[in-house]
Amino acid sequence: MSRHTLSVLVENKPGVLARIAGLFARRGFNIESLAVGPTEHPELSRMTIVVNVEDHPLEQVTKQLNKLINVIKIVELEPENSVSRELLLVKVKADQAARSQVLEIAQMFRARVVDVALDALTLEATGSAEKLDALLRVLEPFGIKELVQSGMVALGRGSRSLTDRALRAVDRIA
Amino acid sequence: MSEQMTGAQALVRALEMAGVEIAFGIPGGAILPAYDPLFDSTKLRHVLVRHEQGAGHAAEGYALATGKVGVCIATSGPGATNLVTPISNAYMDSTPIVAITGQVPSTLIGSDAFQEADIRGITMPITKHNFLVTRADEIARTIAEAFHIASTGRPGPVLVDIAKDALQAPTVFEYPKKIELPGYRPVTKPHAKQIREAARLIATATRPVFYIGGGVLSARASAEFFALAELTGIPVVTTLMARGAFPDSHYQHLGMPGMHGTVAAVGALQRADLIIAIGTRFDDRVTGRLSSFAPHATVIHADIDPAEISKNRTADVPIVGDARDVITELTAAVQAEYKAGRRADLTGWWRQLDTWRKVYPLGYEPPSDGSLAPQYVVQRLGAIAGPDAIYVAGVGQHQMWAAHYLPHEKPHTWINSGGAGTMGFAVPAAMGAKFGRPEATVWAVDGDGCFQMTNQELVTCALEGAPIKVAVINNEALGMVRQWQTLFYNERYSHTDLHSRRVPDFVKLAEAMGCVGLRCERAEDVDAVIEKAMSIDDVPVVIDFVVHKDAMVWPMVPAGTSNDDIKVARDLAPDWESEVL
Repeated sequence: MSRHTLSVLVENKPGVLARIAGLFARRGFNIESLAVGPTEHPELSRMTIVVNVEDHPLEQVTKQLNKLINVIKIVELEPENSVSRELLLVKVKADQAARSQVLEIAQMFRARVVDVALDALTLEATGSAEKLDALLRVLEPFGIKELVQSGMVALGRGSRSLTDRALRAVDRIA
Repeated sequence: MSEQMTGAQALVRALEMAGVEIAFGIPGGAILPAYDPLFDSTKLRHVLVRHEQGAGHAAEGYALATGKVGVCIATSGPGATNLVTPISNAYMDSTPIVAITGQVPSTLIGSDAFQEADIRGITMPITKHNFLVTRADEIARTIAEAFHIASTGRPGPVLVDIAKDALQAPTVFEYPKKIELPGYRPVTKPHAKQIREAARLIATATRPVFYIGGGVLSARASAEFFALAELTGIPVVTTLMARGAFPDSHYQHLGMPGMHGTVAAVGALQRADLIIAIGTRFDDRVTGRLSSFAPHATVIHADIDPAEISKNRTADVPIVGDARDVITELTAAVQAEYKAGRRADLTGWWRQLDTWRKVYPLGYEPPSDGSLAPQYVVQRLGAIAGPDAIYVAGVGQHQMWAAHYLPHEKPHTWINSGGAGTMGFAVPAAMGAKFGRPEATVWAVDGDGCFQMTNQELVTCALEGAPIKVAVINNEALGMVRQWQTLFYNERYSHTDLHSRRVPDFVKLAEAMGCVGLRCERAEDVDAVIEKAMSIDDVPVVIDFVVHKDAMVWPMVPAGTSNDDIKVARDLAPDWESEVL
């Protein structure tokens, strides 16, 4: 498996997500996960794209992305030099008998209880994909009623910022 | 300069500021506000076409003939979707056009309003960039950005979709002095280190070939390339998109490579130890089966689009830059290599190439039944109209014969649909070329299949003063498809027979559209009818050349096979090795 995490700074304009999703679809690039949101600068959005490049070299993916006029900067975040997180919300069956066990597991994984019902608990957990998978595996025997997961978001380690240089470019036109 | 006006007036003013002299289009509901100020413009001529597809291809023909950005205009919904084919064609062939479409009022967008189509969404994959403008204040800046994007870097089509209420709203006109797009900075200057490395390889290779693509024409770098080619004495192949970038008559020119390339051009690439690819993209129609393409070659690949480099064939020396800058710097660097005493001997290579050229020249058998050979028609047309005429082709057999047998001596005189293979391109593109270069003789070489797709633009030509000439190579069939059926489908001619000997009667059809219609069915009449057409310069002329039905395009590399398997005629393959003298 050849997975890479790309952090992509884009102009915060309508249709940009469609352009990127469309590009991946028509070029046959596989997206494993995609998360998008605003940044510290209102004119920019930041996407974290986990791409599986079995069939295409990563270089071709980034070059094609770079051709989109609204894409300002792309960096690959290496796992060893970056911090990445996913968010999980999971609703687990937990009646009177099981509840304390589920709470114990939640504590071990530093998950928080965000909703309580008579026979179910909803947990919120963040972490790497591996950690969340592990949590789900131990919750499975209790019965998972439903779950939702965010795409991965990631930042490079250290004090440097992806937006620094890109921001200067945007300031010039603003 | 800030002035109160409507969005529509701002649009027309912005087009004028962008230097637009002519636009091809058809009005309709959503774009109607723009047509009112357009009526008054003295700088900008509008040509009313008969189908929006014609407007788009005309914009392409104009752009390719002049080097300027072509402009087409359509209304929302079906008007806009009719532009999809030419936009896609321009995208594949990197032709700079700007398409302007009206959109339903912004308040109605997304409501399935009358004549609403999400043309921005539809054209996202086939434009270099596109815009949806919903505010009058954004119109002028967006038009300026559209022209900048279309014409710089790797050229391409840009669509500007403008909501009707934005055209109607008041605004203060302001045309940007400078365009700054933070995500768009094409690299035009090549890297010096890569140029030196390329020059070193060029000086020392013993079997080098220049593989020249349409990028050399886009960069208007033919003269610079001519100097580099003559300096090095290296053989040259020009792709379908680059015919005319280097003169066919030049000794170093081996012809066109690819599926219907010459044996010498295809063989040269296959046996090369160095390929110097400039402004080209290793398209499957050139490489054949990629894994067996040019197996011994080191590749220098120069292109303005970094994404083309190593997309299909890995480049050993990648060079990102404008073809003209690349060629100029390469010339100086190669000169330095030669001065330093490094220069390989190409005699042996030329001996092999000359043998291929001599043994396998382009050629055809005259039909045994005495009917007219299409190749002969194209050859005579080229001889009589000469190398200064602009030739515009459709797609299919006639296009390949035109690529082979016309005199491709000068840049920007060959216009055709390459990457997209758009049948019906010729007539409207020829119209656009004629508007762009009114002093030039413009010949469309078209097939009877293609001609029946877009011939209505001859009405536009007749009424708006674009006296083009059309040679319809009428074999009464979708000839190239029929050729594949002959070769690969056991001669089962499923739905390729057009029965177009007299239905429609192309002569009467031409006359009905305000053109002169002529017909030619015998070899001995070919010259006279072409000369007759050449003597008419006030109205368009259509010649119906009724030609042999079974003529085929050779050489041919069957799709999906190796270039080594090229056939010079049916069941006749070149003998690569034993012919070497």
